[in-house]
Amino acid sequence: MNGPHDMGGMHAYGAINPEPEATEPLFHEPWERKALALTLACGALGQWSIDEARSVRESLDPALYTSSSYYQKWFEALTRQMVDKGLVTAEELETATVSQVPDAGAYRVLRADAVDKVYAQGGPTSMAIDNAALFKVGDTVRARNMNPVGHTRIPRYVRGHPGEVVLWHGGHVFADDSAVGVRRGEHLYTVKFMARDLWGEAAPAADSVMVDLWEPYLEAL
Amino acid sequence: MAHDHHGDDMTAPPSDMALRVQALESLLVEKGLVDPRALDVIVDRYENRVGPRNGAHVVARAWTDPAYLERLRADATAAIAELDYTGRQGEHMVVVENDAKVHNLVVCTLCSCYPWPVLGLPPAWYKSSPYRSRAVIDPRGVLAEFGTELNDDVEVKVWDSTSEVRFLVLPERPAGTEGWTEEQLIPLVSRNSMIGVEKARPASEASA
Repeated sequence: MNGPHDMGGMHAYGAINPEPEATEPLFHEPWERKALALTLACGALGQWSIDEARSVRESLDPALYTSSSYYQKWFEALTRQMVDKGLVTAEELETATVSQVPDAGAYRVLRADAVDKVYAQGGPTSMAIDNAALFKVGDTVRARNMNPVGHTRIPRYVRGHPGEVVLWHGGHVFADDSAVGVRRGEHLYTVKFMARDLWGEAAPAADSVMVDLWEPYLEAL
Repeated sequence: MAHDHHGDDMTAPPSDMALRVQALESLLVEKGLVDPRALDVIVDRYENRVGPRNGAHVVARAWTDPAYLERLRADATAAIAELDYTGRQGEHMVVVENDAKVHNLVVCTLCSCYPWPVLGLPPAWYKSSPYRSRAVIDPRGVLAEFGTELNDDVEVKVWDSTSEVRFLVLPERPAGTEGWTEEQLIPLVSRNSMIGVEKARPASEASA
């Protein structure tokens, strides 16, 4: 969706003002630790994919999205997902009182002694797919001019622009489908876009932007 | 919202957030959906055990071991796993190399994708709207904000992390470090140099 998260190429947000690496705290508020940990532990319940989680975050009200810290965005989205999946109710959140106790045995509850193993293992998204790759490294392609209303990972700033395939990653879980609960693979490529094609003649001639794009986002040129 | 009846007259967002997070945690623990000790282990893992020193180890190894560098180029995920850095948000690694003529910079314009096993959790600025919006359209301006000035003849390559592939910048080895060991080089490899917003620290900044 053309949401507030798709901000590549905007000017309006001003200076970065990064904190110095040596003195920057990893967490800026104590609650951020728990927001991170709850997001991961609830994700481990297996009720949604990372793409579904991203989809909920980018569907937050634009004013809330742009005014929230990143952990706030995570927490707002997490709360919605837990309600959507029926794991907590709005009333429980309102009253801070449990009214329904689910059968926890039916869920993949992450235990303390499994944390390191689970996160050291991760969850690869590469997958074998039957169809041959349409493109190969060196091919010229165009990012399609497409505006899906659901979750997608083709940023607006590359749509309609030509690029060159510089890496082929094989089949990977296709984010657009994964966001609606369908785990299906498509060929994934890294495509190089010249800065001048994206931003015009003022951009330095040799500069470029590389973007990972699945095959359905691309057409031959 | 849950903060209405807690008798806390601090209504600024931080305290509101603290109360809401606490409330959700309490509900989920009581329901048996979250193991509170697991939350502590998650925080400890990413606050104290998985961080940019891992990536610095990879970089220093690549600077000192040509065979390792070749393996890193051929299959970064496997080469990084040799050093035991694996897992979530680093399942599919690609290493991009800086030199005198090419400068690579990594961003995630759509969210906050970042190579956790080698760099830990991203800094707040990496997830901020100014960085995410400007890194692709004005990378040289972004670099200047980090004090990184590049000559006009240096090619800037920005990598937007839109899939589950994660990018690690291999910064250029600082001049004057010939013959240094991996252990001597690690402190020169800043986190920011592995995102690509800065260069590695000069030899003169090595702690004695």
